[in-house]
Amino acid sequence: MHAPDGFLNAGTAATTGVISAGAIGVSLRQMRSTLGDKQVPLAGVTAAFIFAAQMFNFPVAAGTTGHLLGGALAAILLGPATGAVVVTVVVVVQALAFADGGLTALGYNVLNMALVPAFGGYGMFVLLRRVLPPNATGVVVATGLAAGLSVPLSAMAFSIEWLFGAAAPVPFDTVFVAMVGVHLLIGIGEGVLSAMAVGAVLAARPDLVYGARDLTRAQAAERSRVGLRAFVIGGVLVALVFATVVSQFAAPDPDGLERVATDQGFADSAQDHALATSPFADYATQGLDNETLSLAVAGIMGVVITLLVGLGVAFTVRDRTTRRRAAESTSAGAR
Amino acid sequence: MGARHTHPLYVHGHSRVHRLAPEVKVAAAVAFVFGVAVTPRQALWVFAIDAVMLLVVVALSGIGPRFVLTRLLVILPFIAFAFFIPFVGSGEQVEVLGVAVSREGLWGMWNVVAKATIGATVSILLAATTEVPRLLTGMGRLRVPATLTAIASFMVRYLELLAGELRRMRIAMASRGYDPRWLWQARPVATSAGALFIRSYERGERVHAAMLARGYTGTMPEIDERRATTGEWLAGALVPVVAWLAAMVALVAG
Repeated sequence: MHAPDGFLNAGTAATTGVISAGAIGVSLRQMRSTLGDKQVPLAGVTAAFIFAAQMFNFPVAAGTTGHLLGGALAAILLGPATGAVVVTVVVVVQALAFADGGLTALGYNVLNMALVPAFGGYGMFVLLRRVLPPNATGVVVATGLAAGLSVPLSAMAFSIEWLFGAAAPVPFDTVFVAMVGVHLLIGIGEGVLSAMAVGAVLAARPDLVYGARDLTRAQAAERSRVGLRAFVIGGVLVALVFATVVSQFAAPDPDGLERVATDQGFADSAQDHALATSPFADYATQGLDNETLSLAVAGIMGVVITLLVGLGVAFTVRDRTTRRRAAESTSAGAR
Repeated sequence: MGARHTHPLYVHGHSRVHRLAPEVKVAAAVAFVFGVAVTPRQALWVFAIDAVMLLVVVALSGIGPRFVLTRLLVILPFIAFAFFIPFVGSGEQVEVLGVAVSREGLWGMWNVVAKATIGATVSILLAATTEVPRLLTGMGRLRVPATLTAIASFMVRYLELLAGELRRMRIAMASRGYDPRWLWQARPVATSAGALFIRSYERGERVHAAMLARGYTGTMPEIDERRATTGEWLAGALVPVVAWLAAMVALVAG
């Protein structure tokens, strides 16, 4: 998903750039308060880890391979703020030193590949942990689902940006279905791999998993018996449910109808809508036979992404204040 | 191990482009690509000017057209996507080689291909003529937070090392007969990722301790003291200013 220059229009590039820069500023401050002057070496070396993790080719099927993206994994291992900074550094260096992803595309590439997976993924992770048992298995399963779903979440974020700043006349629903569909599949691999990686860290150094700091040593060692195969099957089922929901939305895909409309020459008369003055790029909504529906879905997705990202941010801030209070009370006790 | 002190895209040289102060190069690259991005897609003459200016700079840098072309393959998947746009695009249909495609879609394809190619060439040029430490110094002087550039320089420094560990893990697994073909055989890959994380975290802590022992106070000292001169800023501004002027003319003439 390292989008090159010109994929979204300049306005969207600039807007997402400002949003990303602001979010990274906040994350940097959060990170400093958790890591102190360790932040540079620790975040630096773990950023190299994420970069290397993207070279981990894992088998997918019949010898084809995929690789980790690592946004949600970084957030769960290091905390969302540090995770977001670390993945941002990876994305920026890939653009500057490896020419991977455009310079003007950095705004949305950072947003989609670092901020949304880190904060959104962590938000889902914390929500899932609430309903799962407080032991190693709970953390591992929550990691798998959150990391897996963070991939289509990024694809959704990209589709919404497409709605605002499409550089080409491909309707929003086509982009949405293609992007989210493909990324659901990628998400299965990401989820399985992230879950097993976190499981391995939990087994050796449970204290290094930020998302599992609330577990006692005994809890971190406790594993319910969930076979790997059951886990993969579960992941595929979740993906199928999602795919069904997506295809429900794709059903009113207007391609056929629209072609008829074009051939009959009445496509133009259907253009002038209330939306003509909306901030959405003309392309993205152009040609949809049900603009209200597609905008509604886009709106709901926007709300979901914002909520999850907001949750991730809220959980970090809360973690920090509780820790500060705990520190204050111990120092008061020492006096 | 004989680690490279540069990154794969860097081409050693002493050209005028190599010598230009890094902050000027980064600023010029970003400004130029933004200028290209705001250019209306019908303004073919503007893209022609941009491309010619870019080719002149590539020639000045002496990195060779062959190098640029091979590196451009990175954007191929997106170009492939762009070629589908005319077929799924909406709006008025035109015939090309007997196939009905969307006129808007053709323009959309051109827009993505032109801007992505120019943008990627600029990125390649920047990376090929600037070593990573200088790139990061340049970013720091452009007011990118020092923490961010310091983290990035650590990342680049340790990347080769971790990639090496990864390679050795791979060899160890392969030599024991591990040749996975399906997702459910992926556990050893994932657990080695976990192991690599623990190793890198612990290395980060060790490095921090070593830095403290050498008097680290929270900021890295700057080694390259030379700042950009006014002349360098003017030289660097030339290409982006022309690109922006041309884009503005095209926008106004619309």
